[in-house]
Amino acid sequence: MLILAFRRFLSMALIMVIVSFTLFAIFESDKLAVAGKVLGPYSSNEQRELWLENNGYNEPFLERYVSWVGNALTGDFGYSIQYKSPVADVLWPRLGNTAILAGLYMLFMIPLSLTLGVIAGMKEGSIQDRVVSVGSVLTTSVPEFASATFFSAIFVFWLGWLPGTSAMTSGFSWAEIFLPVFVLVMYGFGYTTRMTRASMAEVMTSHYIRTAVLKGIPYRRVIMKHALRNALIAPFTVIILQLNWLLSGVIVVEVFFAYKGFGKLLLDAALFGDIFVIEACTLVAVFVAVFSQFISDIGYTLLNPRIRFT
Amino acid sequence: MTAEIQSNDTSPSAIAKIFKSLGLLRESPIAIFGLSLILFWVILAILAPILPLYDPNAPLEPFKMPLSDARDGGLYWLGTDHKGRDILSRVIFGAQQVLIWATTATAVAYIVGMLMGVVAGYLGGWWDEVISFISNVLLSFPVIVLYIIIITYLGATGFNIVLAVTFASAPGIMRIVRGLVLDLRTRDYIFAAQTRGESAMYIMLVELLPNARGPLIVDACLRLGYTTITIAMLGYLGLGLPPPDPDWGKMIAETQPLGSFAGHMAVVPAAAISSLVLGFNLLADGLREISMKD
Repeated sequence: MLILAFRRFLSMALIMVIVSFTLFAIFESDKLAVAGKVLGPYSSNEQRELWLENNGYNEPFLERYVSWVGNALTGDFGYSIQYKSPVADVLWPRLGNTAILAGLYMLFMIPLSLTLGVIAGMKEGSIQDRVVSVGSVLTTSVPEFASATFFSAIFVFWLGWLPGTSAMTSGFSWAEIFLPVFVLVMYGFGYTTRMTRASMAEVMTSHYIRTAVLKGIPYRRVIMKHALRNALIAPFTVIILQLNWLLSGVIVVEVFFAYKGFGKLLLDAALFGDIFVIEACTLVAVFVAVFSQFISDIGYTLLNPRIRFT
Repeated sequence: MTAEIQSNDTSPSAIAKIFKSLGLLRESPIAIFGLSLILFWVILAILAPILPLYDPNAPLEPFKMPLSDARDGGLYWLGTDHKGRDILSRVIFGAQQVLIWATTATAVAYIVGMLMGVVAGYLGGWWDEVISFISNVLLSFPVIVLYIIIITYLGATGFNIVLAVTFASAPGIMRIVRGLVLDLRTRDYIFAAQTRGESAMYIMLVELLPNARGPLIVDACLRLGYTTITIAMLGYLGLGLPPPDPDWGKMIAETQPLGSFAGHMAVVPAAAISSLVLGFNLLADGLREISMKD
């Protein structure tokens, strides 16, 4: 087990090195463009050259890469042009806000989709299966920016129950976070539900479940004690890997509801050309994605009773 | 969709096969409903230039509600937006845009992904190592990060959107095709072709890929839906095609802040996107159901 974890860790580290090198090459191989972004479009060539010299940009490319990675690892991501402050000061609070959003999403999405998936997969082809399956296709067909439009038309403009923006200007507010989380859950739960359903349906046709039923064990007990453990392995990996594309939904929702999170920070930086913020955000995003893959691999082998390490 | 992939062989029997597989669709009401939703938008998009519509970019009268009379005696079926442009006309011309770009992007991603997958699966060895590694690296990026990097650095043009979708989807397609090919390459007809002395190129393109088409058609349908979402999402985030041509995502972004007194302006394009994506997803679902019956 430890050897496997170590091997996975090495491949994770290798991917991070390659990805960070690629990002660095894309963003910083053209030194003059970097200086132009930092000093603004009206700076002269001499000013840009001087800035490059003062900031150590005339070192060889590889050396710059190594010191860039070193700085990033110690939490120094450079200086934000747009916010006129160190990137780290902007990045961490934003990341915290997004963690709240993503955490609440997981808190509601996981029980909902596991329950629905198990109910549907218990009896393949039954009415309950049909309803859940069609329902999950329906909700996964409505992207976040569309469902956000519908729900705010209903709850904000028509009924007037909820606020239309989630800027949280006067501290954290449950009313303001409700719609962003709701929109994310509506779009996201269908996929996990379908995975759980497929996994559950497969387990229900297996011989050991048939044996358990024939032995006369009550149906409830068969489901709860025998089927669930195996049926929930696949959904576990799916849920963790979701982090990878949850980011797109998070960006959309944060933009729609003006929530001050990581996604909006990345998009604003990209549209503004705030180069060091883009670098920091993409690094963090890729790190979260790669790390979640690592966790899902390890978790899968730990959960699966068919894989045992001695 | 079905017709497009199968028509690489134009002998009469191939055409007969297409009709037969279209006939199969009757087995699944879900697939029929999905296909009708898609055809609804495709037909509107094709007919857009000859339908009696206002110019999608012409400023007429702002903030008209749906079904209100126009100054020139016409009717604004779905109202007008904040710049006085006819929403019905913008939604239909927007369908043209999104359908063209979603199909192009998915097709290009598929060509690249299939080639990568069939080479990795059939040739194996170093080819497999290198292609799989590149795919793993690309798959470790959250897709939205790939889009943001490519589009902010290369600019928001149709070509770059196709490029970004290809980067984001080809690795996933490659994985599916590689898996299918690893299974198919041990079949007798592949050995027969090898014994005949066919080139690797011939075996990959003529023997392997056509036989892997079943699961790929279902996946392509899902991906078309997902690419539609992506293109609209890029439009919404301000990374889409440049104005003034109507774009469903951008229509939502522009009119969303005005929702309090003219909600229809954003609701109409949102409903349009959802219905088209629903069409692709239902068709994929129905096709999968049909293929499981066989």
